[in-house]
Amino acid sequence: MLWMKGVFNMSSQKYAATLSVQEMIAKKKRQRKNWSEKIMPVILQLTAIISVLTTLGILFTLLVETFAFFKDVSLKEFITGNTWYPFSEPGQYGIMPLISGTLRITGIAILVAVPIGLAAAIYLSEFASDKVRRVIKPVLEVLAGIPTIVYGFFALTFVTPILQKIIPSLEIFNALSPGIVIGIMIIPTIASLSEDALGSVPIAIREGGLALGATKLEVTLKVVLPAAVSGIVASIVLGISRAIGETMIVSIAGGSTPNLGLDITGSVQTMTAYIVQVAQGDAGYGTTIYYSIYAVGFALFIFTLIMNLLAQWISNRVKEDY
Amino acid sequence: MAILVEMRKEELMIEQPEVNKEEVYQTKDLNLWYGDNHALKHINLDIFENEITAIIGPSGCGKSTFIKTLNRMVELVPAVKTSGEIYYRGRNIFDKNYEVEELRTRVGMVFQKPNPFPKSIYDNIAYGPRIHGIKDKKILDEIVEKSLRGAAIWDEVKDRLKENAYGLSGGQQQRLCIARCLAIEPDVILMDEPTSALDPISTLKVEELIQELRKNFSIIIVTHNMQQAARISYKTAFFLNGEVIEYDQTNKIFSTPSDKRTEDYITGRFG
Repeated sequence: MLWMKGVFNMSSQKYAATLSVQEMIAKKKRQRKNWSEKIMPVILQLTAIISVLTTLGILFTLLVETFAFFKDVSLKEFITGNTWYPFSEPGQYGIMPLISGTLRITGIAILVAVPIGLAAAIYLSEFASDKVRRVIKPVLEVLAGIPTIVYGFFALTFVTPILQKIIPSLEIFNALSPGIVIGIMIIPTIASLSEDALGSVPIAIREGGLALGATKLEVTLKVVLPAAVSGIVASIVLGISRAIGETMIVSIAGGSTPNLGLDITGSVQTMTAYIVQVAQGDAGYGTTIYYSIYAVGFALFIFTLIMNLLAQWISNRVKEDY
Repeated sequence: MAILVEMRKEELMIEQPEVNKEEVYQTKDLNLWYGDNHALKHINLDIFENEITAIIGPSGCGKSTFIKTLNRMVELVPAVKTSGEIYYRGRNIFDKNYEVEELRTRVGMVFQKPNPFPKSIYDNIAYGPRIHGIKDKKILDEIVEKSLRGAAIWDEVKDRLKENAYGLSGGQQQRLCIARCLAIEPDVILMDEPTSALDPISTLKVEELIQELRKNFSIIIVTHNMQQAARISYKTAFFLNGEVIEYDQTNKIFSTPSDKRTEDYITGRFG
């Protein structure tokens, strides 16, 4: 029973402070200012509220100005009109050419970014050695940090001349070059996020495939890829959203000719590029042109919203839980 | 020891037809290193067909490493080196011309934790046949049913084949993994502590299943649970610190082990 005595002694031992540990804890607790416990949640809540309020505020401004725009232009003309020519008298405000420009450029960007980004993600996650991955991943992420204006001039002064050698009819300002460069710009987004999604598929599942005599490629394509699909879809949507919202590259290298159709060799204008053009000072406050940038902005907002909802729906439908 | 022998009399005595059995695996002076760690030392084991061979030993003794070497899954670990030979049906699996996929098509594996694919129950079973080129829907249907019946899980899942495998309980998932393995009709099934993540009732079901499978397959099972080894296996190998201390018929190992260390381990003095 000697050990029990030892335990008993320890519990009542007085330290230099002549108090037991429990007594010291109780004392500290009385001293501790309780205000931080109470005020911190309030501060945290406030920051959350601020972000929500900001979003609502932006939406509100957008709506008010959009509403002002629709006093001058009918909604029907805005949606169904196929000419966007605000600087004529009277101005023509059919948004379809701008949407068409945005879709063409986004489409090209996706065609470039999805295959390359996905292939890079698969390579990094499944085939690259740790050493290679440690080099390539940071490089990819640096690519994501280059200011878009640099990409814009890269498109105009480097990519366009090269493309012109291949396609002689290509104009200086065209949809192809900024489309490709936006694609390059969003490769890191897709590659990096898809790599995370692939990497989070449990190794045990891969082993299950390999143990059945599947090759590494079969396991990658038929087990790992489907398992990671919701993360991959999310990365692609984020990439598309960035492509839709991209402004600088198209403003610099895409030209400023709103037109409807599928032509990618001539000058185009996207929704964002139009907003920049007007914001640069061509229009006075309170004019229809001024209000039109909000209407276009609102259309852009609806556009990305639909994209995001669509992505959620797709990823819920094809998701494979593990 | 007396109690142990008593227990054995009741539990053991799995009828084993003593006809001329062929070796499925022969290892000759097998060594394996993880970096500098000598994990398997001079292993010489002959494992026979249509038997259940249990591998027991304390944690870290190399039993899992050994079983993963038999289908070369161990090579997924970086910095693994091996020496010596493993003959599967007379062919050295380390031979340069021996494709690892071919080996793994003949030698199935069931893992410690159930690892179904995040797919439907049907697709889990059909995966193996599909990657090996069997695409005919009717044949696949047959294979799926036969495999699920073989793994004694058909009645539980036949109405929900299109549902995700992760909706099953742990025990069901493990039997599904066994069914997935059966679907390509392997010759040998390696089992790496297949019941360690399962509750006692699921464990019992899997054990009964393993008994049933012995009729058509050669089974090598790593187990942490000595009662399990005693219950289901015909031969037992005792591993310690990367060496085979003793390899014999299970009733011999559990009643009159010839090595003191085996006796200490099975009587629970360590491990």
